[in-house]
Amino acid sequence: MSAPDPQAETDTVGKGVAVQLRDVRLRYGKVQALAGIDLDIPAGRMVGLLGPDGIGKSSLLSLIAGARAIQTGRVEVLGGSMAKAGHRRKVCPRIAYMPQGLGKNLYPTLSVYENIDFFGALFGHDREERGRRIALLTESTGLAPFVGRPAGKLSGGMKQKLGLCCALVHDPDFLILDEPTTGVDPLSRKQFWHMIDDIRRDRPGMSVLVATAYMQEAERFDWLVAMDAGAVLAAGTPTELIARTSAPSLEEAFIALLPEEKRRTHSPVDIPPRPSDGHEIAIAADGLTKRFGDFTAVDHVSFEIQRGEIFGFLGSNGCGKTTTMKMLTGLLHPSEGQAWLFGNEVDPRNINTRRRVGYMSQSFSLYTELTVRQNLVLHARLFEVPEEEIPARVQEMAGRFELSDVIDVYPTALPLGLKQRLSLAVAMIHKPEMLILDEPTSGVDPIARDAFWQMLIDLSRRDGVTIFISTHFMNEAARCDRISLMHAGKVLITDAPDTLIRECGAETLEDAFIEYLEQAVAGEVEEELLEGDAEKALAAAMRAPEPKPATYWRRYLDPRRMLSYSRREGLELRRDPIRLTLALIGSAILLLVMGYGLSLDVEDLTFAVLDRDQTTTSRDYTFSLSGSRYFIEKPPLASHHELDERMRSGELSLAIEIPPDFARDIARGRNVWVAAWIDGAMPPRAETARGYVDGMHALWLWEKARQLGHEDVLAGLPNVEIRYRYNPDVKSVVAMVPAIIPLLLMLIPSMLTALSVVREKELGSIVNFYVTPTTRLEFLIGKQLPYIVLAMLSFAVLTIIAVAFFGVPLKGSLLTLVGAGILYAGAATALGLLISTFMRSQIAAIFGTAVLTILPAISFSGMIDPVSSLEGAGRVIGEIYPTSHFLTISRGVFSKALSFSDLHTSFLPLALAGPAALLLTAALLRKQER
Amino acid sequence: MRLTHIWYLGIKELRSLARDRGMIVLILYAFTLAVYASATAMPETLNRAQIAIVDEDRSPLSARIVNAFYPPYFETPELITHAEMDARLDAGLDTFALDIPPEFQRDLLAGRGPTIQLNVDATRMSQAFTGSGYINTIVGDEVLAFAQRYRETYEPPVGLNLRARFNPELKQSWFGAIMETIDNVTLLAIVLTGAALIREREHGTIEHLLVMPVTPFEIMASKVWAMGDVVLVACAVALAFVVQGLLAVPIQGSMSLFLACTALQLFATTSLGILLATFARSMPQFGLLLILVLLPLQMLSGGMTPRESMPEAIQTLMLAAPNTHFVMAAQAILFRGASLDVVWPQFLALAVIGAIMFAISLVRFRATVGTMA
Repeated sequence: MSAPDPQAETDTVGKGVAVQLRDVRLRYGKVQALAGIDLDIPAGRMVGLLGPDGIGKSSLLSLIAGARAIQTGRVEVLGGSMAKAGHRRKVCPRIAYMPQGLGKNLYPTLSVYENIDFFGALFGHDREERGRRIALLTESTGLAPFVGRPAGKLSGGMKQKLGLCCALVHDPDFLILDEPTTGVDPLSRKQFWHMIDDIRRDRPGMSVLVATAYMQEAERFDWLVAMDAGAVLAAGTPTELIARTSAPSLEEAFIALLPEEKRRTHSPVDIPPRPSDGHEIAIAADGLTKRFGDFTAVDHVSFEIQRGEIFGFLGSNGCGKTTTMKMLTGLLHPSEGQAWLFGNEVDPRNINTRRRVGYMSQSFSLYTELTVRQNLVLHARLFEVPEEEIPARVQEMAGRFELSDVIDVYPTALPLGLKQRLSLAVAMIHKPEMLILDEPTSGVDPIARDAFWQMLIDLSRRDGVTIFISTHFMNEAARCDRISLMHAGKVLITDAPDTLIRECGAETLEDAFIEYLEQAVAGEVEEELLEGDAEKALAAAMRAPEPKPATYWRRYLDPRRMLSYSRREGLELRRDPIRLTLALIGSAILLLVMGYGLSLDVEDLTFAVLDRDQTTTSRDYTFSLSGSRYFIEKPPLASHHELDERMRSGELSLAIEIPPDFARDIARGRNVWVAAWIDGAMPPRAETARGYVDGMHALWLWEKARQLGHEDVLAGLPNVEIRYRYNPDVKSVVAMVPAIIPLLLMLIPSMLTALSVVREKELGSIVNFYVTPTTRLEFLIGKQLPYIVLAMLSFAVLTIIAVAFFGVPLKGSLLTLVGAGILYAGAATALGLLISTFMRSQIAAIFGTAVLTILPAISFSGMIDPVSSLEGAGRVIGEIYPTSHFLTISRGVFSKALSFSDLHTSFLPLALAGPAALLLTAALLRKQER
Repeated sequence: MRLTHIWYLGIKELRSLARDRGMIVLILYAFTLAVYASATAMPETLNRAQIAIVDEDRSPLSARIVNAFYPPYFETPELITHAEMDARLDAGLDTFALDIPPEFQRDLLAGRGPTIQLNVDATRMSQAFTGSGYINTIVGDEVLAFAQRYRETYEPPVGLNLRARFNPELKQSWFGAIMETIDNVTLLAIVLTGAALIREREHGTIEHLLVMPVTPFEIMASKVWAMGDVVLVACAVALAFVVQGLLAVPIQGSMSLFLACTALQLFATTSLGILLATFARSMPQFGLLLILVLLPLQMLSGGMTPRESMPEAIQTLMLAAPNTHFVMAAQAILFRGASLDVVWPQFLALAVIGAIMFAISLVRFRATVGTMA
């Protein structure tokens, strides 16, 4: 919509445009995220993308960075179309992209050094070069003292600095930063921009594109694009924009640029002075302290808040605001110190205080499955508003917070501003005397934010509600009656905003805050900015020779990038006890459980006899059973009724009735019948029991016939000699354990690899794969390797358990077994990767993998029924599924004393399965988000 | 504790569940398709067993024996040579190899008691044992029938009249359908309550509840009753329509007695779901934990293989698990038509285990609820 600023051409010495967008549109399902963007972004400049959350800034940046696939329109970056994979591959080493969210593309369990090192290796630097660059970058950003600290334990500001280091490690020409300073304290923010300025000074040709919701920050950019609702409102230099709207500040200029219908609802916030009568203390805290392990989240915080006052907590993410509020509401128990609400000490068990407090947490915690009305009614009931008053109260709240139009809508369908009003309405439903609001306005656009504040002010001034609010927006803090500046768990100072500004002689609250922060952190190495050194270091880094020729990137399988992924995955795995436990201890437990659980042995069958004969012969018949190890005799039966009862309760699995005159009839050669009943509730057991009883009966008859002198006749009949091969005792464990090992080695490694990819999708670090030169195969094999190692470890553990605990003999060639194990682990992990391409959430990956691997492994691979006895689809799956072949090898080696030469026919399909699954995955895996 | 709170919170749980399409699909699947599939898919113990015969006799009798094997119990036998036998068994091509020696018929008729050798691949447990019994009987019958035409034989006077009670034809589908229903009761009870708690935690609504005049006991009790009810109703419907209706499995005992028993089991397992959710920090961890807990519960409870053939230590240990008692009671009621005077020990055990489970979960829930917010 706007042509490039003519000044840009002269400034950047003919560099022209970095990004050209023509009619770019993007939809997520029904939601239109970008509604036709036409824009030329000049090169060599610092360009700001300005607008509140959720209006498509991030989507636009991810399109420009090549992380997201283009739906419609043309996106040209650095002289080529980002729709072409070839161009993306060519330019991605020149682009650095830092996605939104504190440290979203970082790996929280990896240290600062390991994080930068990972990115360095992806861009092809060798170890020495990486070490040099990491030293320079950490030195210049002040992260040097913390290179060993895990990224997850850094403060928000430090995370963003680390993100910047990772982005800069490969000397990009185009830096894309998505809200890099949101939620970061003002001092870190200032330092961050300072670093960017330094870098630009050293690399004047570098283009920087930054998205931000902070209007104050935008003033320092060379060129601005104001966006709203997926469209560009205006573009130009800050002074141009202000001049065009003749507004006094950029924030107001932005509001003036909004379409008429949005602007209409806006009115400046009006804060009447607080009545000075009655200064009763509503909230008091004395030395509140909270420690989590050795980390002190809140450090001796004390304050007093008067009734009807609006009291603000101002500070960065993670400075202890939320923890303090949770202690006040009784959600957390303080490690030290005390707090009082209305003069009563906070006691989580005191239900009565809770009725006087309304709480609104950071995340608009509403029941998204309940409508607006249901949410309000539920909360009213839980706060014990009398049932007859509830409809009126709901009506009143809906009216006051302008929710009447959406009363039967589900909250997910509401825009953020309305959700926020609903949260407030829910917190107010029981008319509390005090409101505790934890960052209620993050992510809400300026107009909705002002309207929200007007409501808060009305509540305070008109209804005398005490409001305790936390925020990281300076202009909101300025509206409070008094504020506390918080940093690293400590309150720096508490006073009225005007007084604070005046006392430091600063111009704005932000400057005042920075002043106080600087005083507080003076001497702390952590935040010290070694400016002179930084410049020198960075300059040196930039002068370093370009490491690799361009042809380097064209290769499809670079061992360095691949191993970089492996090393990172391995480190993460080593630091994740849950996954490691599952892999090693979990599979051991499952082997034990299944070894017994899948046992087909039938032993210790309980039986009792209803002996109506009571002769030596009848007792002899009973002995033939009770003497066997399969049967346990219970007290004899006296009647049919007793027989019924005892079988019904499950006490007896077998009941035998010997008829009267049993011995006499046999002696006379008359036909007699022994009756036997088996408990058929469990058919497989009954089947086996039947076999036993039949066998015992036949044996007894044989014995009897011999005694009666029919030896000669019997001797002529043939004898079937059964040889139970490979497992002479016919023991379940010997048969089952070598079959369960392949099952577990399929289930768990595939689940872990599937999780490892889906985890990255869910946490957002998958973007590193999208925007770095990593190829699909490098990514996949790199991820697979550590899991193959883990699977082999687990294989070793399982084999030891099988031999030492279950006593399954390992008769064949161990080398053959290990070789097959490696091939099989490769196939199982590749299958997991394949499954991961279809899954979006981790929970789906767990259950999906379980279902997709267990069924073919148990039913179609010959674990219970041999593959050869299957029919139809099951047969086909069984023939190609790797478990079938590994099962044959496993049983062959364990029980049949075989070696490679006997089993080579099973090796070929096993060796093919892994690579086939891997190539299929590579074909299906997307190199961009859709 | 206020009953109204428990009631309203429970209603909220039901509403949330009704909007969760994934869970509804899971419940429907678990009590319809899954039950049907596992009832019909379970193979009979001997199904198309692979048998090979080495016929070194080539007599009318040996031909008669070869022809006695046919589907569905056995595949039509492969006729192989003695040399092939070992290799085929090693490669897993055959489960059984019957070796009829030379001069078999002549030796039999001469009363020399020849020996037939049956080689069994005993690593295939499911077929090995039953199959060799069948083969033994088949060979014996054929030989006897053949021999009776030529010589005197001896018929022993004692017959064995062996019948299976409660499932006279030993149909696998009866067993499969009911065991799957029972397993799914446990699975869903744990998944539904655990997921409900973790969802509240991930959405941050749990901390909202905790700042209201609502106690942890009320929160927990509401989830227990709401989710327990859902599973109970689903289970009753599944038994009535799928098990009794579609699969035509006769149920011997009282349905209401079984549902009472299920209610007790649900009390214990929903509490267990909450307990697991307090240990898991996220849905994926809950999923992994679930697998590690659920598999032993189901496989060692006696629902899959008989308890008495497990090692003593495992039998004793599993007495602490609710499933063991539930499976005992369910089999007694549904298959054997037992009444309360028979199954009361299981009811008592379930109630005690449920109470202990609930108490432990409540203690753990209270202790961790602060860190959940």
